[in-house]
Formats: sequence, structure tokens, C-alpha cells
Amino acid sequence: MCDTCGCNITPGNEHLARRKNPQGQDAITVLKSLLSANDREAAHNREHFDRHGVLALNLMSSPGSGKTLLLEATIEALKNEFRIAVIEGDLETENDAARIRAKGVPAIQITTGSACHLDAHMVHDALHHLNLENVDILFIENVGNLVCPASFDLGQHRNITLLSVTEGDDKPAKYPVMFRAADLVLLTKTDLLPVLDDFDPARAETCLRNLANPAPALRLSAKKKDGLAAWFDWLRHERAAQRDRVRTGQILRPAVQPDGAHLHAETGHSHGRLSSGQHYRFRGA
Amino acid sequence: MHELSVCYALIRQVQDIAREHRAVAVTSVKVQIGPLSGVEADLLRQAFPLASAGSVAETAQLVIERLPIRVHCESCGAETAAEVNKLICGACGDWHTRLLSGDEMLLASVELESNAEPGIRNAE
Repeated sequence: MCDTCGCNITPGNEHLARRKNPQGQDAITVLKSLLSANDREAAHNREHFDRHGVLALNLMSSPGSGKTLLLEATIEALKNEFRIAVIEGDLETENDAARIRAKGVPAIQITTGSACHLDAHMVHDALHHLNLENVDILFIENVGNLVCPASFDLGQHRNITLLSVTEGDDKPAKYPVMFRAADLVLLTKTDLLPVLDDFDPARAETCLRNLANPAPALRLSAKKKDGLAAWFDWLRHERAAQRDRVRTGQILRPAVQPDGAHLHAETGHSHGRLSSGQHYRFRGA
Repeated sequence: MHELSVCYALIRQVQDIAREHRAVAVTSVKVQIGPLSGVEADLLRQAFPLASAGSVAETAQLVIERLPIRVHCESCGAETAAEVNKLICGACGDWHTRLLSGDEMLLASVELESNAEPGIRNAE
């Protein structure tokens, strides 16, 4: 919360940090993110990315908003310009990773079983199947879900949230945690706008600004290859900025992260640890 | 329903603190949740007995403090309350605000029963 020292004492909890103890029992003041173990692992992932000069992007959206199609179109257009790799998160099947591999770039599929989000440990384990030396941009396609993925830092540099025009234009108001976390919002499937006249892109953008989020909102159709140039320019700019940061030793986190990301930096290595008692599987390639 | 994941992570932290302080039991676990944390307090409460079963925190009371949303306006400098999907300045209406409080998801404190000398100690 605090940008100066990284502590988590806010106007809302200040009284608690200075609280005195009743008699008899040890009262331990902690003020630590509930997800501090995840956040440590995320920081560790970020170190891996930065060491190899990789730009890591977390793609989030509801199921079926066009994440994989966007990646296919992006790889087609940019695979000679950047070395791209993809980590795919789904509850089941390896279908999306197969689609990405068919475009000629490495893809690691994480199947989460019933878990509704990726976490930093899953991504860390997936990284063991990927040679980051050969990667400029790593896309992490999160599980299709507008709720849970927003709470888990993966070590990415930027959050990209997709909103397809087949959904409601008030989605940012309905899912504020997700859309507040976005560094870039992509309005997808815009080729369908002529037949979906109840979706107003301007209204979606107003809902986004009401979350105090200045993120650009780009409109595109991956299927019809409309509006992709601005998205590619954003990627080029972010890739160049990441290279500059690596050169000068700076670390970038997404603009908004839950409290944990602001905690004092702690690093640790915890290979192979399963998170949260969940079980998940990997299929690399 | 990621609250179960969050709750397991909470219990692991509490277990570490209890071990560090050689506690025999945890009597209370206090967390702070802001509306923008992405964690539902009621779901966390439901997950707690499941996640704490068989642990040193099994009989602990879970205390959830809900924190308010407060924003600071970058335009007029006012500090006002805000709503979860309307983080605009309550004074001038500008959307260029900074969140002061409301996205917390914190383990605030724990109360331990131990055989050691009672007293206040900081975990960090």
C-alpha cells in the first residue's frame, strides 16, 4: 500500500498496528498479505523474466472472449519480429496449447483441474519446461474467469483484460477488481458491433474510468484482422520498455496489484511446491 | 471460489507464526478485507473451518474486519469515501484518484496460547 517503504499500514488499519495486548495471551501483529507465499513466488518468477529480458503479459477475460484467437493472430503477425512463447491455463484439455503450437511457437499447457485461476507456483513450475533464453514475449493465458485470476500475482509485468462485445458493456462495473487491475483493455470481436447494437464501447470505457483506471482501451477484431496495428504497437512499446528496464535494473509490476505485491521484497525458491492444497498437471512442449 | 485457496494460505501463515512462537493453540485470527481485494468475507468465513481442520488453528476464532474504500483525488486533493465500482472523487467527481484503502487482504494479527512468558512480540 505504501509506496515509500512498502509497508501495509493504511489509514484503515493504523489503529490495529498500534494495538495493545489484553492480558494472558500473546497478540502478534502481523499485517501481511494473505497471499504472501504466492507473492514471494511471483517476485521470484519476475526475477527469472527480468534476468532473461522477457516481457511477461497476463491475459485475463471471461471464457470465450477470444484470448486464444488473439494470440494466434498476434503470433502470425509478429513471430518473425519477436520470439514468442505461451503458457496456457485451462481447467481441462490441451486444445489451446495445441492451437498455439500449430502456429510454430512453444506452448506449455497447465490444466488446473477445478481450480479457477493460475497462481505463481503453477507458473513457476511451467517455467521449468520453457527455455527463457529463447523468449522475448511470454503470454500467460489465464483461466477464463473475470473473478479469481485478478487476486493472484504471477510475476507478470502487465495485465491485459479482454472484453468481447458479445458481453455486456457494463462488465467493468460488475467486475471492478478485474478491470481495476488492467494495464490494457482490449475490446474484442468488434466486427460483431453492427449486429450487437446494445454494446456501446464508449459506455464500457466510462465504466473503466469510474474505476480510476487510465488504461488504454483498444478495439479490435482478431478474426477480421481489424484494429490489430494499435495492439501490435503497444506490444512493441512494452517490449522496448522492458529491455530498457532490464538494462537499468528496474523492476515493473502491473499498475495495480493486491496488497501483497507492495510488501517488502522477500525472495525464496520453492521448486515443485503445490499451492493451496490444489492439484494440477502439466503438459510441456 | 478462490477463497478456499486464500484460506489455506492464511492457515499456513498462522501455523508458521504459531510454530515460531511455540504456541500450543491459536485462539484468534484477525484478518482485514477490503471490498476491492477480490475476497468475499462470507466465503472466507465458510472456508475457514475446512482449511483449519486438524491444524493448530482448528479452534481459533476468525475475526474479519471489513475496511472502507477511501480515495485521494489527484485533481482537487480531497480524501473521500468511494464505492467499489465508482472510485471517483466524492468532492469534485474526477476519476483521477488514488486508492488509500479498500484493497486490503491482510492477516492483521493472531492471538496465541503458549507455555512461554506472555507479552507482546512482533512477528517481523
